[in-house]
Amino acid sequence: MTSSMNNLDLHDLGVAELAAQLAAGTVSSVEVTQHFFNRIQQHSALGAFLALDADVSLAQARAADARLAAGERTPLLGVPLAHKDVFVTRDFPTTAGSKMLENYRSPFDATVVSQLASAGMVSLGKLNCDEFAMGSGNENSAYKPVQNPWDTSRVPGGSSGGSAAAVAARLVPAATGTDTGGSIRQPASLTGITGIKPTYGRCSRYGMVAFASSLDQAGPMARSALDCALLLSAMAGPDPDRDSTSLDLPALDYAADLTAASQQGGAKPLQGLRIGLPTQFFGAGCAPDVLAAVRGALAEFEKLGATLVNVSLPLTELSIPVYYVIAPAEASSNLSRFDGVRYGHRAAHYTDLTDMYKKSRSEGFGDEATRRIMIGTYVLSHGYYDAYYLKAQKIRRLIAQDFQTAFAQCDVIAGPVSPTVAWKIGEKGDDPVASYLADIYTLSSSLAGLPGMSVPAGFGAGGMPVGLQLIGNYFKEAQLLGAAHQFQLATDWHQKAPGVSA
Amino acid sequence: MSKDQKSLLVQGYEVVIGFETHTQLTTQSKIFSRASTSFGAEPNTNASAVDFALPGALPVMNKGAVQRAIEFGLAVNAHIAEKSIFARKNYFYPDLPKGYQISQFEIPVVQGGVVEFFLDGEKKSVRLVRAHLEEDAGKSLHEDFIGQSGIDLNRAGTPLLEIVTEPDMRSTAEAVAYAKELHKIVTWIGICDGNMQEGSFRCDANVSVRKPGQPLGTRREIKNLNSFKFMQQAMDYEIRWQIEQIEDGHEIQQATVLFDPDTGETRSMRSKEDAADYRYFPDPDLPPLVIGRDWVEKTRSEMSELPRVMAARFMTGYGLSEYDAGQLTQSKATAAFFEAVAAASGQAKLASNWVMGELSRHLNMEEKSIEASSVGAAQLAALIGRIADGTISNNAAKQVFETLWIGEGQDVDAIIEAKGLKQMSDNGELEKIIDDVLAANAKNVEEVKAGNAKAFNALVGQAMKATKGKANPAQVNELLKKKLG
Repeated sequence: MTSSMNNLDLHDLGVAELAAQLAAGTVSSVEVTQHFFNRIQQHSALGAFLALDADVSLAQARAADARLAAGERTPLLGVPLAHKDVFVTRDFPTTAGSKMLENYRSPFDATVVSQLASAGMVSLGKLNCDEFAMGSGNENSAYKPVQNPWDTSRVPGGSSGGSAAAVAARLVPAATGTDTGGSIRQPASLTGITGIKPTYGRCSRYGMVAFASSLDQAGPMARSALDCALLLSAMAGPDPDRDSTSLDLPALDYAADLTAASQQGGAKPLQGLRIGLPTQFFGAGCAPDVLAAVRGALAEFEKLGATLVNVSLPLTELSIPVYYVIAPAEASSNLSRFDGVRYGHRAAHYTDLTDMYKKSRSEGFGDEATRRIMIGTYVLSHGYYDAYYLKAQKIRRLIAQDFQTAFAQCDVIAGPVSPTVAWKIGEKGDDPVASYLADIYTLSSSLAGLPGMSVPAGFGAGGMPVGLQLIGNYFKEAQLLGAAHQFQLATDWHQKAPGVSA
Repeated sequence: MSKDQKSLLVQGYEVVIGFETHTQLTTQSKIFSRASTSFGAEPNTNASAVDFALPGALPVMNKGAVQRAIEFGLAVNAHIAEKSIFARKNYFYPDLPKGYQISQFEIPVVQGGVVEFFLDGEKKSVRLVRAHLEEDAGKSLHEDFIGQSGIDLNRAGTPLLEIVTEPDMRSTAEAVAYAKELHKIVTWIGICDGNMQEGSFRCDANVSVRKPGQPLGTRREIKNLNSFKFMQQAMDYEIRWQIEQIEDGHEIQQATVLFDPDTGETRSMRSKEDAADYRYFPDPDLPPLVIGRDWVEKTRSEMSELPRVMAARFMTGYGLSEYDAGQLTQSKATAAFFEAVAAASGQAKLASNWVMGELSRHLNMEEKSIEASSVGAAQLAALIGRIADGTISNNAAKQVFETLWIGEGQDVDAIIEAKGLKQMSDNGELEKIIDDVLAANAKNVEEVKAGNAKAFNALVGQAMKATKGKANPAQVNELLKKKLG
């Protein structure tokens, strides 16, 4: 059902292509915005969006058109996108997928949101996600599940499931996502799109509803590495007055790097690139269909000149318990502000302060958020802190060291993103641990703070997409995007569209 | 030593006191946000997204608060940590918007240090454990809302330096003297405005008692003492209460107590059993606070002279006693006043006596600060000059001072002239008066000759009376002795 190239529809265009059309004046931002808005409404059954406001979006589009008319030509001007609902926005409500924040309206925009707005991008609204970004199937949204456009009986992945589904179904050309333990890479993989989680601190966390502060990182989700590069250039950069953990490194023009590299061309554009394959990522835990697609993609990289080397990340398995101690610990504290006192859900009836806290929080938080608050509270408690939290922090440092050892032998690390393709909605039922175990390939790089991305690599069981994960060393986003871009110039996996996009 | 120690015992018990003091720092904006720290604004107007703990808001360290912590550390000879860590202290309360307080737990910014002061002429030193940076909470207002509480977050995020001592104090008087000295230091270096009513300087006293030689007793913590008077009352009450309990055979339970100024009693807020588990952990929103040695040294070089350094200079430079030097350096203003008088008069010892004596007596009586003194430094210097050159007696000088104080005159010499206070320096005139006195008091003269010293003093008195106090008593003495041979 992929659109043929001679029958292009606006929604088949990516960010770079739309920007070119807008710059050429063949289409206006208002037309583009209206087109995508209509598509979002046609495909509302996917459950990708939590908030829409045509007036707001069209006003932004008109402002972009005015800038275009005034002669401004910048790479994202007039191109629409949508934001994961953990980015606070003035123009739309921000719920973080939780009843706790139903109808909450922020008085300020997240830094990432305002930077993309300054670049002239038009916001189409807010995208569904797991409650407070906790989940890997988008089934923990307090509002509705999100369907995978490749098979609407399956999950799109999570927690940025709305972002992934919307991009895959061509409801938006690009979206923002956040990744704490894989929440950009895994849904990108499960929906056949491209997504990058930058180095921790590369994008400001100001205005992201915090889940686990030492892990949370914003990143773009789009159809191609080039489109991700365009967005990341606008999203990244230091924010010293608002986020003390943002890196003091200027944003780079990632897209310009890609264009320059592809012009150099040659039959083996990745000559000299050493790709490390951690033995722990290619074991029995990974489904054969996924491994087959990943190996196929790696063979393509070899054709492009890259060499494959075996490396070892011996603590990979420990990344699961370490992550599920540290992330809930931070979450338990981060979610304490949702107490019913100043904003958010407050129980209608209560007898005293303690009762108000208990009822408001019990009613406002879903099961997964509650579970993580309880785990986090437990591991920080007197008498357990050393055994859990402190021990986990020590192992976290060792995991980061293992990556440095591996990077002595290779430039990027590759492997699967998810051990399986997207599963059926409801299939994992009430077994949170089964979901946690499926995070095994994304958690370790999150714990180390490394950049990682998911690149469409083919299809597995049930015709469902499979993503290839590329992990780079600190600050090496450009290298990841460059490798992915070369791969996408040579392959068309990223151009495949699900049937629902017709 | 043992004798002193013994005299401090209360009903045979030794008192052990440690202090935790929350000093509000004088930054214009809050410790982790740009909101103003000014006092008295409409509720919730001095609060930003960070102070309201809105979703997505993040803390950013106020460098000015760190600067003040460094200054304090240097003022008490403490170690300024190269790297200290902010931690979250987790608990739920409506005036704690994030559900945790950002504080420092395992590694504070100021480590060690000592506070030295005099108590009844005896030098005391109290060791500090630490001083750490943290944010204040907001306020719950229970009065104006029937059946509900109001929350004012203006104070939330106000920077505090919490200063913690070792349990080094052995009497309530010593503890109050420590608090006063600490108050002097933080206001002197300007990191705290010292306003106790507004809560800028709040003390918690950890109090326990024990029989001499025994291990430390169980302590109870008296929270939020915001006047030196209440501090003393609260601790005195608490000590009596603890001794009574022990004497009655009860064990002291660790507890947090509040002092009620109306009843003069302390009452328990919570016992150790309900102590919260704060689940401290390093705040992932704030990187470690790294303070380069260049920052410390730059601060050291730019700091004004500290009170103890100034006191030492007063001792060596002006020849003052340690006690006098300590008294004169109670505040920057007092020290400056003294130095101005000493410089203008060239009489440091007299200047010291007058500033601490007559001047401070008048200031205390009218509850005035030295900045608002009715007698200026130049006037006092002129007055001291006239004592030194023998123009007036000390008693006459007090009359001049009084005249200056109440504003009946401005010029010292004019007042002396107008009041006729000049000492009789003319020996001829004085000799004549003394001759008259001797003639009129023949009986006394005989007694003096018989060896009665009292009679001699009576003659001095008569002579002074006859000169209306204008004679120099030393001169009168000398002349009388000569004439009575």
